[in-house]
Amino acid sequence: MRFDSLARLGRVGLGALERLGRAHLLLVSIVLGVGEILRRPGLLWAQIFNIGVLSLLIVGVSGLFVGMVLGLQGYYVLAQFGAEQSLGVMVATSLVRELGPVVTALLVAGRAGSALTAEIGLMKATEQLSGLEMMAVDPIRRILTPRFFGGVLAMPLLAAIFSAVGVMGGYFVGVGLLGVDDGAFWSQMQSKVDFEEDLINGVVKSLVFGVVVTWIALFQGYDSAPTAEGVSRSTTRSVVHAALVVLGVDFVLTALMFGD
Amino acid sequence: MDYGNTDPLSRQPLVVDSRSADRPGMQEQSIATASDVLVSIRGLSFRRGDRLIFDDLNLDIRRGSVTAVMGPSGSGKTTLLKLITGQIHPDAGHIEVDGEDVHRLDKAGLYRLRRRMGMLFQSGALLTDLTVFENVAYPLREHTDLPPSLLRKLVLLKLEAVGLRGARDLLPNELSGGMARRVALARAIALDPLMILYDEPFTGQDPISMGMLVALIRQLNDAAGLTSILVSHDVRETASIADDLYVIAEGRIIAHGTPAELAADRSAWVRQFMDGLPDGPMHFHYPAPPLEADFRTRGAR
Repeated sequence: MRFDSLARLGRVGLGALERLGRAHLLLVSIVLGVGEILRRPGLLWAQIFNIGVLSLLIVGVSGLFVGMVLGLQGYYVLAQFGAEQSLGVMVATSLVRELGPVVTALLVAGRAGSALTAEIGLMKATEQLSGLEMMAVDPIRRILTPRFFGGVLAMPLLAAIFSAVGVMGGYFVGVGLLGVDDGAFWSQMQSKVDFEEDLINGVVKSLVFGVVVTWIALFQGYDSAPTAEGVSRSTTRSVVHAALVVLGVDFVLTALMFGD
Repeated sequence: MDYGNTDPLSRQPLVVDSRSADRPGMQEQSIATASDVLVSIRGLSFRRGDRLIFDDLNLDIRRGSVTAVMGPSGSGKTTLLKLITGQIHPDAGHIEVDGEDVHRLDKAGLYRLRRRMGMLFQSGALLTDLTVFENVAYPLREHTDLPPSLLRKLVLLKLEAVGLRGARDLLPNELSGGMARRVALARAIALDPLMILYDEPFTGQDPISMGMLVALIRQLNDAAGLTSILVSHDVRETASIADDLYVIAEGRIIAHGTPAELAADRSAWVRQFMDGLPDGPMHFHYPAPPLEADFRTRGAR
């Protein structure tokens, strides 16, 4: 009896390792298929549209409200120390370094990642992927690779839009509603937000999140059981795993980028 | 053809021909030379979990023939097609298609071979976001550099062959099951393959679509010089167009011959399957302990 539970634990562990191995092999195959999108860039543009352009509304609206909340909370805290003129720096740094890449990744995982998983899972369940294979078309190169690179390229663009709209939201609340000086808001932001340390690191973060979110979404779809329940479980797993991994990786990246 | 006469429906005029025992060369299969054989399966064993699907299976498919593999549900017919096309790997044995060992080929070699194969999936497997025209054009766009005008003509010709030229702008979700399968057939023949594999093409078809498909499979095979492998459990329709029949059950071939030979076969296995008898060597019930024993077990499901 005691050994039964031990064996079960072992099976679960081995299963998880096996899935991890399959996920990495899939990632390698996807990346090796990059030639396909060089030959047919139209495939990539279509996916940048699906993942990027179609996520603009949710990313833009979320960025606006996150920026407005930052402006409001930042003003209340900074005003206690008489430093409300630094609101621009606080809003911009928070957005560019952390909230822009992280919240955008979570939003993309929810909107586009789940859609990718469901799409690939359903293609598998309805034998469309097998059909492609039988037409001598590699479904990884033809279907997964353009989606992967579409997601990876769309993520930093979306994060940039999120941060820009967020800064506008912070400006609207801080300068428009709470009376922070207009010139101080922008000039302090300009002098204190560093191109390399803040902007580039933010872009690197969102590129990494783009890889993580799209990879998880594609793997969950490609590895899903070809049933209605299997696709549904994979879609849920796609969002949950992506959110957890993004938050975990964000901590590691922040420690590496901004630690002394 | 007259097949057994056990079914009153068999007296109805089917879309059938009378090619079976009287077809030239049918009786000489046992002395067929290696070059006559397009698909050769030797010592094939395949296991799914603990269940043995095939056990040391040997099977030949001759060029230019319509070969049917029949058997009850769950006997591994679709699995056999997946093995022949290299979608899954056997546990033992080998499969040669046109002289090439399918499971020893690398990915590029396998894809080269698949360009010469067409497969009609049970579900049709059409790409749901493309129109009928685009679905049929898909393999041509992927593997050829035909100018658009020629590609259009080719696609229209393929669609004309399956009677769906007028449906070219419809999406797969606007098609009936029978129409979807015909579009899939047009797509499968788009690259003029060497052979075509049909997975349960008659399942769920209305009588008109069924008759159309039966005739179409035979006509395509003869007109385009194809080799057809047909997996089905629809005895009458399959026997009406096949040159060669294999019946598989419980992991092995239980009968092989022309439709006429199998119609005359008196073995209990063959008769049970061909005549649809509920009782015989093949069991209707999945292996299980006696019902009384199951009732007496508490707590189990």
